[in-house]
Amino acid sequence: MNAILLSALWGVLMMFSGVFIKSKTTPKYLALAGIILVFIANAFELNAFGKGAIHFNIDTKEMLNIGSFNLTFIAVVLACTLLFFLLSGRDIEKVGEHVGEYFALIFFVICGVCISATYNTLLLLFLGIEIMSIPLYILTGSDKRNLKSNEASLKYFLMGAFSTGIMLMGIAFIYGGNPNGSFFINNIQMGEGTMPIMIAVGLVFLIIALSFKVSAAPFHFWTPDVYDGAPTVFTSFMSTIVKVAGFFAFVRLFENSFGKVQSQWQNLIVFITVLTLLIGNITAVFQQSVKRMLAYSSIAQAGFMMLAVFALNTMAKEGLLLYAAAYSIATIGIFAVLIKMNDYTIEGFNGLGKKHPLLALCTTIFLLSLTGIPLTAGFQSKFFMLMAAAENTGKFWLIIVAVLFAAISAYYYFRVIQAMYFKEPGVEVIAEKEITPSFKVMLAIAAVLIIAIGIYPEFVVGWMYHQ
Amino acid sequence: MDIKAYIALSLTLFTIGIVGVLTRRNAIIVFMCVEVMLNAVNLLLVAFSNMHAASTAAKALPTFASDAQIFVFFIMIVAAAEVSVGLSIIVMLYRNTHSIDVNFLNRLKN
Repeated sequence: MNAILLSALWGVLMMFSGVFIKSKTTPKYLALAGIILVFIANAFELNAFGKGAIHFNIDTKEMLNIGSFNLTFIAVVLACTLLFFLLSGRDIEKVGEHVGEYFALIFFVICGVCISATYNTLLLLFLGIEIMSIPLYILTGSDKRNLKSNEASLKYFLMGAFSTGIMLMGIAFIYGGNPNGSFFINNIQMGEGTMPIMIAVGLVFLIIALSFKVSAAPFHFWTPDVYDGAPTVFTSFMSTIVKVAGFFAFVRLFENSFGKVQSQWQNLIVFITVLTLLIGNITAVFQQSVKRMLAYSSIAQAGFMMLAVFALNTMAKEGLLLYAAAYSIATIGIFAVLIKMNDYTIEGFNGLGKKHPLLALCTTIFLLSLTGIPLTAGFQSKFFMLMAAAENTGKFWLIIVAVLFAAISAYYYFRVIQAMYFKEPGVEVIAEKEITPSFKVMLAIAAVLIIAIGIYPEFVVGWMYHQ
Repeated sequence: MDIKAYIALSLTLFTIGIVGVLTRRNAIIVFMCVEVMLNAVNLLLVAFSNMHAASTAAKALPTFASDAQIFVFFIMIVAAAEVSVGLSIIVMLYRNTHSIDVNFLNRLKN
């Protein structure tokens, strides 16, 4: 609750800061202060959870369900946003004139993320997803003179609005088929045996719409173009924090009433998972641009996160938290290095290891984590996901498929590592003056976090059971 | 009237919207088709609300099934927000390219 209210309020404040503060560098510090404030408020709420300590609260008639699992997830999201601001704050200033507004929009996205992480009715699922998406359409098009950014923005907008229509149709059908006449996700009456036809139709519509939002195949086709066209800083934000929030909303939807009839929709999820893993990994192999490769890699990682929707047990929840942290930190780190590059192709990384050993080392750790090499957070999160899928039912082949595709993913991640260490440096790989000592320190902290979570995952997961 | 008539009408409108989004090339027409989809949902929600209000469960609770009508207002508000963002994106594209043709978008792939 604290996080939802404070992030919305701080967004409004940031918007006004654009009017009153003329300096281009000040909004960044204001945003940093804001995100730290929201994080602390959320941490207090998490710490006091279940103890009945006083914290700011509004009676929402149970439309929001706030538990330690949700609060932990929000804490992970806020920590990743803080890292994103620290690493890429200076690059947000370079996108355009209206720096305060960009930060304001990011805060509104955070508010939407918090709502879609705690929703308890389909109404708030819809509102949360929309509050999350609409600012992103603007952020995607924020580089106004750049044609690619314009086109990405229009494409994202049309696809987003289209999928919203499909999601609403699904919600309407579920409402119509539910004799309880309620939108609450734990109050949907499935009846005996197979679920009523109207609820089944509604569920399929909802799965399609949410797959659009988390870019799972076969509804992923907008992703590479949009991620490629958007300004790179905002690609970093929307391919990590917004995507994991979409998955959290997905899991929340299914762990309630729909969880009881899991056997009826599970095959559809298996189909989407396998197709997402296949298309994401195979297409990523052929990319020359690292930015586009990361876009496809985000589809591939989405396939792994779909395993949490497939399994829906305690292990899957822990895995989703870990995955959110591991994937977001690593991808934000790689994007932060990529923004500093002059050339976004893989050749652009040639010889980075000789010129900037620390940057190359950190990037290597991030890439190893995305591949899932042991001792990194990526390994732990993939391990949890596979364990969850193994615990669930007899679909053992799905785990083998997932591991095989993880092995394929090593090819395109290692190509970047190979370029950094075993190729001769190009003319000028990186804009020298932009690498400040504080940037290096932050990057190193992110790399250390990846390894720390890899060795000691309870660091993140333990909070889920905080009483 | 029977609820099936409303479902049929609403699904027809929804299909018109989907077909329009997938086939039309003018960004504003595509956008109008999305609005048709949203309004089909509004119609369906109100019809379902009326259907639930006539059921036996509603006798005990007068406000039963009024949620859907509130939902419709939220859809309208979100649609208005989407219009304001969407039209400004289209205007921005028009300023740079003097065209609002969606086919133009395929340039990104190269």
